[in-house]
Amino acid sequence: MLKNLLGGLALAALAMGTARAEAVKVAVISTLSGPQATLGEQIRDGFQLAVDQLGGKLGGLPAEITVVDDELKPDLAVTKIRGLMEANKQDFVVGPVFSVVKAAIFKPVTSAGGYLISPNAGLSTFAGKGCSKDLFVTSYQNDQPHSVSGQFATDQGYKRAFLIAPNYQAGRDALNGFKSRYKGEVVAEDYVPLNQMDMQSELAKIAAAKPDVVFVFLPGGLGINFVKQYRQAGLNDIPVLSTFTVDESTLPAQGDAAIGFYSGTNWAPDMDNATSKKFVAAFEKKYGYVPGTYAAQAFDTAMLIDSAVRAAGGTDHAKLLPALEKADFASVRGNFKFGKNHYPIQDFYLAQVAKRGDGKLQTEIRQKVLTADVDTYAAECVMK
Amino acid sequence: MILLVVQTLNGFQLGMLLFLVAAGLTLVFGVMNFVNLAHGVQYMLGAYLGVTFAQMAGGFWAGLVLASLSAGLFGLALEWLIFRHLYGRSDLDQVLATFGVILTLNEGVRLIWGSAPLELAMPRLLSGSFALMEGLRYPVYRVAIAGLGLAVALLLAAGVHRTRAGMLIRAGASNRDMVSALGVDINRLFRLVFGIGAMLAGFAGVLAAPLISVEPGMGENVLILAFVVIVIGGIGSIRGAFAAAIIVGLVDTVGRGAITGLAHLMLTGPAAAKVGPALASMLIYLVMAAVLALRPAGLFPARA
Repeated sequence: MLKNLLGGLALAALAMGTARAEAVKVAVISTLSGPQATLGEQIRDGFQLAVDQLGGKLGGLPAEITVVDDELKPDLAVTKIRGLMEANKQDFVVGPVFSVVKAAIFKPVTSAGGYLISPNAGLSTFAGKGCSKDLFVTSYQNDQPHSVSGQFATDQGYKRAFLIAPNYQAGRDALNGFKSRYKGEVVAEDYVPLNQMDMQSELAKIAAAKPDVVFVFLPGGLGINFVKQYRQAGLNDIPVLSTFTVDESTLPAQGDAAIGFYSGTNWAPDMDNATSKKFVAAFEKKYGYVPGTYAAQAFDTAMLIDSAVRAAGGTDHAKLLPALEKADFASVRGNFKFGKNHYPIQDFYLAQVAKRGDGKLQTEIRQKVLTADVDTYAAECVMK
Repeated sequence: MILLVVQTLNGFQLGMLLFLVAAGLTLVFGVMNFVNLAHGVQYMLGAYLGVTFAQMAGGFWAGLVLASLSAGLFGLALEWLIFRHLYGRSDLDQVLATFGVILTLNEGVRLIWGSAPLELAMPRLLSGSFALMEGLRYPVYRVAIAGLGLAVALLLAAGVHRTRAGMLIRAGASNRDMVSALGVDINRLFRLVFGIGAMLAGFAGVLAAPLISVEPGMGENVLILAFVVIVIGGIGSIRGAFAAAIIVGLVDTVGRGAITGLAHLMLTGPAAAKVGPALASMLIYLVMAAVLALRPAGLFPARA
C-alpha cells in the first residue's frame, strides 16, 4: 500500500516535472518605475498582448512569463536576472529598454544558457566584433533611426542643420548617426544637460542661426519641454527632424504643440499592413493608449519566440538557434529579417505627428527613407 | 545683442520660479534648522494637482488657486505626520527620512496619475506672444511668470519685514531658543512657515507646468537648484534667496550660452565641443563654491 502510494507520488512528481519542462519560460525585464517607466510599460504590454492573443502559449507550449523591473539600475538588473536564471532557468530573457542595462545583463543571461532578445536597446558593442549567437535584437542598431533623419535632410537639400542632444554618450552617438548620412553644413552641435528644464536658450540660438532644418534627439522630459517651447516661440517655419523626441510615449504630454514634428522610425501606428492594424486595434482596446515602437517591437519579439519554439518543437537551446534566425513570423513592420549579426534588416521611414479622427495624437508615416537597411557594424561580425 | 536680451529675460524668469521654491526651503531650513529634501515633492505635487484641478474646475486659474492651497495643506499634513518628529534629531536622520518621503511620494504620484507625463494648457489670457527678435517670438506667459514671481516676492518681503508673524520668523531664524524663551509658541510658528513654504512650492509647480513636462521626479531637478540658491543667498534669508535665485537663473541661462561660445574661441575642434557643455553644467556650482569661499555664510546671512 505504502509502496504503491510512494510509487504513485513519484510518478506524479515525474509527470509534473515533464509538464514543467514543456513550458516556455520567458523573463521580461523592463524599466517599470521612475520617470522612464512609460517606455518600459509599452514593452511589457506589447509582449503580454501577443501572448494573450496566442492563448497564453508560445509555439503551442504554455508560456510562463516573469516580469522583472530593472529600475534602470544595471547592478540591480544583474542581481535579479542572475537570481532568476539560477533558481528557475529561463529559456528567453526579453528586454531591456535601455542600453546600459543590456550591457550589464548580457553575460548573466547568455552564460546561463538563455537567449537574450532585445526589443529596444540596440548597442553597437554587440553588433560588430562583439556579436553573439545568443543575442537577438528585434528593434534596430542604435545609429539607424538617427541616420534616417540625416538621409532625409540630404535628400531634401537642406544646406544648414542645427543639432541638439543631451550631453552624454547616447547624445553624441545620435548626432554622429545623423551626420553619417548628412551632406550639408552643421551650423551648431548643441549639447544640453540631461536634466535641463528650460530650452529657451537653445531656441534663441536657433532663431539667431536661422538654419534650414533642426535635428534633435531629446528623449523623455527634455523632448516634451522642447516641443512645447518651440511652438510657444513661434519657430514654425523651420522643420524639426527628431528621434525619440515625439513618439507615442511623449505625445499625450506634448499635445497639439507636437503636430508637424518629424521622427525617423521603423514603424508607426498607421503602418499599412494587416498584422499592424490588428495589433494597434487590439492594443488600444486592451490598454487604452496608442502603442509606440516600443510596444510594437515587443509584440514582434513575442511572435518571433512563438515561431521559433514551434519550428524547434520545444525549448532546446541549440535547436532554437536556426529557428530564431529564420524570423519566420508576420512582423507589424512588414519586411523583417535578421542580418548575420542578429540585428534586423528592415525599412526606415520618416513619420510625422498628426491628429487622428478621435482626437488622439500619433506618428504617421510620410515616406520610406531607407530600404532594407543593414547597420554599419554587421560587416565586422563573425558569428561563433 | 538681442540674443543677450532674450537670455537675460529667460534667466530672470527661471530665477523667479527658483525663488518661489527656494523661499519655503530657506525659511524651513533657517527657522527650524530642518533639512527638508522633500520640498521638491511639493513642487511636483503642485503641478499634478494643477493639472487635475484645471480639468475638474475647468480652467488654469482655478487649478492654480486650488492646487496651491492643497499643496499647502498637504505640506501641513506631512509636517504633522512625519516631520515634527524629526526636529530634534540629527541632520542625517532628517535627510534619510525626507529622502524616504521623496521616494514614497514619487511612486505614489506614479500610482495615481500613471508614469506618462501630463500636460497643462496655458491660460488663454496669457497664451499670446510678441516678436522679440527676427524669427523668435516670446510667450507672454513667461513674462507673466516673472511678474507673478516678483509680486509674490514683494508680498513675502512685506510679510516677513512688516508683520508681527514675520518679525517672529526673522527672530526664529537668528535665535530660536531665545524666541521660545520669550513665550512664543515656536511649533505653531513652524507650522505656519511650513504651510506657506509648501504652498509657494506648489504654486511654482503649477506655474511651471505649461512650460515643462509634468512627470514623477520633476521636483528633484528644482530641489538641487533651490539648495544652491539658499546656500548662495544665506540660509534663512528671504532677501538672500531672492538675490541668489536671480543670480542662479541668469548664470544658468546667460552663462551657458556664453561659455560654449568662449570655449569655441579659446579651443578648437572636438575639445571645444566637449569642454563647453561640461563647463556650462558646472557653472552654477562654481559660482556657489566662489561665494562659499568669499562669504561662507552666504550673501545675506540671516544669523548675524
